[in-house]
Amino acid sequence: MSEILRIENLHKSFGDLEVLKGIDLTVQSGETVVLLGSSGSGKSTMLRCLNFMETPTEGRIHLNGELIGTERGGRMRYREAELCALRARIGMVFQHFNLFPHKTVLENVMEGQVIVLGRGKPEAQDKAMAQLDRVGLAEKAAEYPARLSGGQKQRVAIARALAMDPEVMLFDEVTSALDPELVGEVLKTIRQLAEDGMTMLCVTHELGFAYHVANRVLFLHEGTILEQGEPQSILKAPATDRMSEFLEGHSLFKLPD
Amino acid sequence: MAHNWDFATILQNWPVLWVGIKGTVFIFVITVILGLGGGLIVGVARYSKSPVVSWPARAFVEVFRNTPVLVQIIWFYYAFPILTGIETDPFLAAVLGISLNTMAFSAEIYRAGIQSINRAQWEAGKAIGMSYNQTLRRIILPVAVKRVLPALTNRGIEVFKMSTLASVVGYVETLNQAKLISDLNFNPIESYTAVAVIFFVVLYPVVQGTYVLERMLRKGD
Repeated sequence: MSEILRIENLHKSFGDLEVLKGIDLTVQSGETVVLLGSSGSGKSTMLRCLNFMETPTEGRIHLNGELIGTERGGRMRYREAELCALRARIGMVFQHFNLFPHKTVLENVMEGQVIVLGRGKPEAQDKAMAQLDRVGLAEKAAEYPARLSGGQKQRVAIARALAMDPEVMLFDEVTSALDPELVGEVLKTIRQLAEDGMTMLCVTHELGFAYHVANRVLFLHEGTILEQGEPQSILKAPATDRMSEFLEGHSLFKLPD
Repeated sequence: MAHNWDFATILQNWPVLWVGIKGTVFIFVITVILGLGGGLIVGVARYSKSPVVSWPARAFVEVFRNTPVLVQIIWFYYAFPILTGIETDPFLAAVLGISLNTMAFSAEIYRAGIQSINRAQWEAGKAIGMSYNQTLRRIILPVAVKRVLPALTNRGIEVFKMSTLASVVGYVETLNQAKLISDLNFNPIESYTAVAVIFFVVLYPVVQGTYVLERMLRKGD
């Protein structure tokens, strides 16, 4: 395994509110990292800093050994074109899918390939169909998003990100907006990706998913990583009271094993 | 008060009116294209995050939205040539007045359309590596423009009626020709009624068509 993502001393403030207070993290290629934490802990903000949907206030991010941005006068500077190129290398899937409503499923998955990567339409279409097949939605290629279920929309969104051949995938609470019976199909798709060796960072509340799929679980609290470790140990025997409370809150209504 | 309606004179002078109708259609086509097309550019500029771009657009909108279009036409005909040394004729003055006014109004329509699009759509474009301009052009505008199409159609209808204002500087259009007929035949009642009837006959089916269009668009959502 080789290092694919390195985050050093990541800070992010919104005005006076400091959301991230110094995050350090190294992710190995093929790793599945799950970020847990209560709302306001900074987990989504952290994910959004990695592909610069939010610009970090401080800190450095390396993708595949390259430092993103240039350092001048003790601060990191980022050019918009550089960030666009970076975002094309990092896939992101959102809680609310955010499919393009005026484009068919196939066009949604082709858009970035054609417009950003400059692929020819036939090649983009082949790749799009391959990714739609991977998420089990090849037969919906001609449909518009409005005609799909939530779970299907989310799988199209995953295919749209995958079609860019990303080096890392970011999943931001991708099952939180779904009806309970649709969560499974999306988690199954993500699990398949993990087994295929995709490097992934997932913000989620699905502890079962974290337990079975993650290589590593991070617990964020008030803008720092409070605890991390293998899911089998950290989820069963957390070291801090904060994380114990968090886990209890999540498993109150779980049936006993 | 009884009036003996006599439209025979109008029919006899139909070729004169016809010249005016052609003038109306011509200036309408030019001003509606310039107005709604240019308005898109101003609206996008108005939405820009960069003040260097958005402020001139905003100033433009405020100036042309808060002055009467009739005054603008007259100003372009009488004042503009003296101030700039650039000659205008009735057609050019009317085109400038009506187009710029329409640009200002439609710019606000486009801007409202862009603002109505969920921020998540910007994020989705951004996340796959699209630039601001690419996202605007490929993702935001197609949906925004479709959404404001009914408002734009209303503007188009206004532009068609505004064309009569061009008569004030002597551009040859329907109202101007009707005045000519009226002056020669002393029949203002029939002449101006004819103008109203002509506009109604053209616009009524168009407006009915926009209702159908609106219903179709709503279904598509």
